[in-house]
Amino acid sequence: MAQIIELTDANFEEVIKSFEAPVLVDFWAPWCGPCRIMAPVMEEIAQKFQKKIKVAKINVDDNPAVASRYEVRSIPTFILFEKGEVKKTVVGAMNTEKLIEELGI
Amino acid sequence: MKEIYDLIIVGGGPAGLTAGIYASRARLKTLLLDKGVTGGQITLSERIENYPGFPQGISGLDLAQKMEEQAKRFGLEIKNLTEVTGLELEDDFKKILSAQGNFLSQAVIIATGTNPAKLEISGEDRLTGRGVSYCATCDGAFFKDKRVIVVGGGDSAISEALFLTKFASEVLVVHRRDELRATKILQEEAFANPKVKFIWNSHLIEIKGESKVEKGVIKNKLTNEIIEEPIDGVFIYVGNIPNTRWLGDTLELDEEGYILTNQDLETSVKGVFAAGDVRHSQLKQVAVAVGEGALASIMAERYLERKRRKTYRQ
Repeated sequence: MAQIIELTDANFEEVIKSFEAPVLVDFWAPWCGPCRIMAPVMEEIAQKFQKKIKVAKINVDDNPAVASRYEVRSIPTFILFEKGEVKKTVVGAMNTEKLIEELGI
Repeated sequence: MKEIYDLIIVGGGPAGLTAGIYASRARLKTLLLDKGVTGGQITLSERIENYPGFPQGISGLDLAQKMEEQAKRFGLEIKNLTEVTGLELEDDFKKILSAQGNFLSQAVIIATGTNPAKLEISGEDRLTGRGVSYCATCDGAFFKDKRVIVVGGGDSAISEALFLTKFASEVLVVHRRDELRATKILQEEAFANPKVKFIWNSHLIEIKGESKVEKGVIKNKLTNEIIEEPIDGVFIYVGNIPNTRWLGDTLELDEEGYILTNQDLETSVKGVFAAGDVRHSQLKQVAVAVGEGALASIMAERYLERKRRKTYRQ
């Protein structure tokens, strides 16, 4: 089972920059219905692309600084980082195929 | 041979889940398909205050989870992340098509609900998720001490406007008429709330902003006066669109696309029933959807009984 990394305001920078591979970050919160829809999708992507990308998630309630830095105005938001830089941002709930297509991975 | 279900329920909102509870208790071999994870549109509601049994109100997400738990307790099989793409009518059974495979069933209940309608104005699509939202519950918290616009005058618009006052510094309600359609108690709360301001007889005609929402362009339809309001968010509640496109012309629909049924909730096709928001009806509410889900399930059960008896006679 590919692991989904838990990010926080404190470890975000360090973790994001520590990987050679692109990191896909799921910005979510427990009270958000559409975020719940996306949890199994993220697991599927983590599994499917485990050799290619790292999958991570960050709870925006507990970690508002990161969400605000990347101007997240809606959740779920998915940001694909490459070497710490934002490569692609996708907003909203969708199925796995659509998310893969939108992210271009 | 491919498995044939007694009943397939399409859609896992309150109508579909209730149908699932009844069908599982009736020991019908039942499958519920949902395009996401069960719950439907109510998961977007911060608080549901008119569903009986919850005197303090309940969050849409919690209510959905409880309904799902109840259905599963009776053995309902649920398949998530399955988006249906078509319904085909064979001689003896119905075929549900989806990207994740096809499913066969003797009876079908369609409870696919609705999706929020768009305004179809400039900036709306481009800035969705960048300040434009259809879900205050999901996105409200990002607008702390910011000014936002809510478009609409119905129950959803007004209750979400009130929810947004928890975060926003000011909530401008832009409504095309000079009175609200929302329930009186919501109107009273909104009029009493100093953070809520109304812009009557007006349309939001454009949303401006580079990478995020910056301004809303509002036109008064009586005076034709156009104003620009500096804002950070736009929340759109201008009605709903039924999720019936996938049905093509297999079932009779009304002019807006809602499914027509008889009083037993049977559609123009025998053995295919409709329940909840997707059905042509006067009121879209959780309480109604739940009642219709129960009725559709019982009617599907009776249809299966009749079918079985007929088969024996042959």
